Amino acid sequence: MLLSPALAISAVLFTLGVAGVLLRRNAIVVFMCVELMLNAVNLTFVALAQRLGMGGQIFVFFVMAVAAAEAGVGLAIILAVFRHKQSVGLQNMNLLKD
Amino acid sequence: MTGTAVDLIWIAPALALLGFVLNGALVFVRPTARTLVSVIGTGVLLAAFAVAIVVARAFAGLHAEAPVVFRYWSWIPVGTLQVDLAFQIDQLSVVMLLVVTGVGSLIHLFSIGYMKDDPGYARFFAYLNLFVFFMLVLVLGASFPVMFVGWEGVGLCSYLLIGFWFTVQVNADAGRKAFIMNRIGDVGFMLAMFMIFWTTGSLDFETVFAHAPAALVPAGGAITAITLLLFLGCTGKSAQIPLYTWLPDAMAGPTPVSALIHAATMVTAGVYLVARCNLLFALAPVSSAVVAGVGALTALFAATIALKQWDIKRVLAYSTISQLGYMFLGVGTGAIGAGIFHLTTHAFFKALLFLGSGSVIHAMHHAYHSTHSHDDAQDMRNMGGLARYMPWTAGLMWVATLAIAGVPPLSGFFSKDAILTAAFARGSGNPVWLVFWVLGLAAALLTAFYMTRLMLYTFHGPNRTGENERSHLHEAPWIMTGPLLVLGILSAAGGLLNIPELYHGTARLDHWLEPIVQPSAALLPQTHLSHTTEWVLIGIAVAVAALGIVGAWRLLKPEALVSALQSPKERGFARILRNKWYVDEIYDALIVRPLLWVSTALFWKRVDQQLIDGATVNGVARGARALGWANRWLQTGQVGVYVAVFVAGVLLIIWRAVG
Repeated sequence: MLLSPALAISAVLFTLGVAGVLLRRNAIVVFMCVELMLNAVNLTFVALAQRLGMGGQIFVFFVMAVAAAEAGVGLAIILAVFRHKQSVGLQNMNLLKD
Repeated sequence: MTGTAVDLIWIAPALALLGFVLNGALVFVRPTARTLVSVIGTGVLLAAFAVAIVVARAFAGLHAEAPVVFRYWSWIPVGTLQVDLAFQIDQLSVVMLLVVTGVGSLIHLFSIGYMKDDPGYARFFAYLNLFVFFMLVLVLGASFPVMFVGWEGVGLCSYLLIGFWFTVQVNADAGRKAFIMNRIGDVGFMLAMFMIFWTTGSLDFETVFAHAPAALVPAGGAITAITLLLFLGCTGKSAQIPLYTWLPDAMAGPTPVSALIHAATMVTAGVYLVARCNLLFALAPVSSAVVAGVGALTALFAATIALKQWDIKRVLAYSTISQLGYMFLGVGTGAIGAGIFHLTTHAFFKALLFLGSGSVIHAMHHAYHSTHSHDDAQDMRNMGGLARYMPWTAGLMWVATLAIAGVPPLSGFFSKDAILTAAFARGSGNPVWLVFWVLGLAAALLTAFYMTRLMLYTFHGPNRTGENERSHLHEAPWIMTGPLLVLGILSAAGGLLNIPELYHGTARLDHWLEPIVQPSAALLPQTHLSHTTEWVLIGIAVAVAALGIVGAWRLLKPEALVSALQSPKERGFARILRNKWYVDEIYDALIVRPLLWVSTALFWKRVDQQLIDGATVNGVARGARALGWANRWLQTGQVGVYVAVFVAGVLLIIWRAVG
C-alpha cells in the first residue's frame, strides 16, 4: 500500500540530492542537498517499516539525531570558512592541493 | 677449589677492577682528590701484590703437577663449544702474577710523583688499574677466549694511555697506530683459536694440550698454521718484526705507562702466550724456528736502530723490542725457563730504566718549564752531566744498564746467557740455530753499546740543558726514587732466581717451571753441552758485553755534542739508522697509502657514495617521489571532484554487489 510511490519519491529525492552535491558550488546548498539525501533515506526506512517491522522507524530517529549533529558541525564549519574567505564557494576551498 | 689460600686468587683482579671503578667514579665526581686517588690506585695494587704472594706461597705448598682451575661461571655455552669464565693457577701464571702486581705496584708508586701536576690524575690511575685488571685476566685465564679478553683489554688500555694527552695530535695518532697494528696480530690470534677448536674440539688450555698430541700431526700443516697464527698475534702484542713499529711511537704516553705497559708487562704477553702453548710450538718445529728466528732478527734489527736515536725514551723503546726478541729466541728455542727468566729480569731492569728516564724527563721538564723554554725535554742532546744533579737516578740506571748489557753477576747476565746458551746448544742439530746465536750475540754487543751511549750522553760530560735552566735541575722526590731503588736491587739480584747448576746454583725458576715445560721437553731434541763449552760461551758473552761498553766509552765523545737545535743532520749509514731503516716510510708507501687510496677512491667515493648512498638510499627516495609526482593529478583539491569520485566508487560497489 503506497510502497512503490513512496520508494519512487525517495529515489527521486536522493537523486536530486546527489546531483545537487555534485553540481552546486555553494557550500550551503551542498549541505542542504546532503540533508535531502538523508531524508530520502528516512522516507525509505519509514515506507519499508510497514512491511519489515518497527526497526526502520526507530532508525529514522537515529538518522535525524545524527543529521542534527551534523548540521551543527557543518554549519559551524561553513561559518568559519566564510569568515576566513568571505565566501562559501566550494571552488575556493582547495587549500589541500597547495 | 683446593681449600687453601689459592682459592683467593679472584681477589687480585677484583681489587684492580675495584680500583678502576672507584677512580673512574672520582674522575667525574672529584677529579682533584689526588690523595684519595693515590691511595685507591696504589692501595689496590699493593693489596693485589699481597694476595699474589699469599697465593704463590699456598700454591707452592700444594706441589701441584697439574694446573689448579677455578670455574666461576659458564660464559659461552654453544653446542660443543663450552667456554667457562675460569682462572688457572700454575707455575707459569704464578710467575706472571708476581711480576705484574709487583712491578706494577712500584710503577704505581712512581706515578704518584711523576703525574703529580697532571690535570688528568684520576683518569690516569683509573686507566692504570684497568690495565692491571686486564693483564691479570690475561695471565690467569684458563682458556684461550678468557686470555683473549685480557689480551684485548690490555690493548685497549694501551691505546687509552698512549693517547693519554690526546689533545696533541701526535699522541692520539700513536695510540691509534698501536691499536691498529695490534688488530692485525689479533686476527692471527683469532684464526688460531678457530683452528684449535676445529682440530681439538676445545679451547680450554688443559683440554687442548691434552688432546693436541693425538689430534694434530706433529710438524703437520694444521699445527704449523695454528702456531704461526698465534705467533702473528705475538708479533703484534710483543712488537716483533714485522709489527713492531707501534712500540717506539707508543712512547708518546706518560713514562710510567711506557715502563708498565710497554716494557714490563703487556708487551711480554706474546712471550707468555708462546710459553703457555709451548707444547703446540714443540709439535711444530718450523714455527719454533720462525719464532726464534724472528726473535733473533728483531733483537739485532731494533738494536741497530737504538744506536742512533736521540730521544731517551725511544732508545729504550727499541731496546725493549730488542730484548723481547731475546725472549722469543728463548721460548722459540724451547728454553721456556730461560725465556720467562729473561722476561722477569727484563721487567726489573727495563722498568728501572724507563722510570729512571721518567725521572730525568721530570727534571728536564721542570727546568724548561720554569724558564718557559720549548726545548725537547726528552732529547739526550739537551741533557749531559745530569749525574751531578740526580746522583740516585744516575747510579741506579747504571745498575740497570750493566744488567741489560749482561755484565756478571747482575740479573741480565744470567737470563741472557741462558737464552744464548740454549740457542747454541740446538746448533749441534741444525746450524740455523748457530745463526740465531750469532744474531743474538751481535745484538748483545749493540745493546751494551747503545745503553752505554745513553748513559754517557745523559749523565756524563758537560751539561747542555742551558745556562738558565741548569739551576732548576734536581733529583726526583723520594716517592719516585724509592721504587727506583727497589727495582735497582731487583735488577742487581734478580739472577738469584735462577742461578744455573754450572755455578752450583739450584736453577730454581727452571725447576719451578718444570711441570709446564715437561710435555714439550720430551718432544724437543735433547741437547747437552760440556762444562768447558758453557764456560767458553759465558766468556764470549762477557767479552762481548765488555767490548760494547768499553767501545762506547772510547768511541763516543759527549764533550763534542751540541744541543738538539744546533746539531747537524747525520750522513750516510748513520742517517739510515737515525731514520729507523725507513721502515715506517716503507710501510707507509706499500700499505698505508694504497689502503687509503683504495678506501677513498673505491670504497668511499664509489661504493659508499655512489652505490649505497646514490643508488640504494637516495634511489628508493627518488622512486617514491616519482610515484607521488605521477599520481598527484588525482588530488585536485576540488571537493566536487572528490565527491564525484566517491559517488562513482559507491555506484561501482553497488553495481558489483548487486550484479
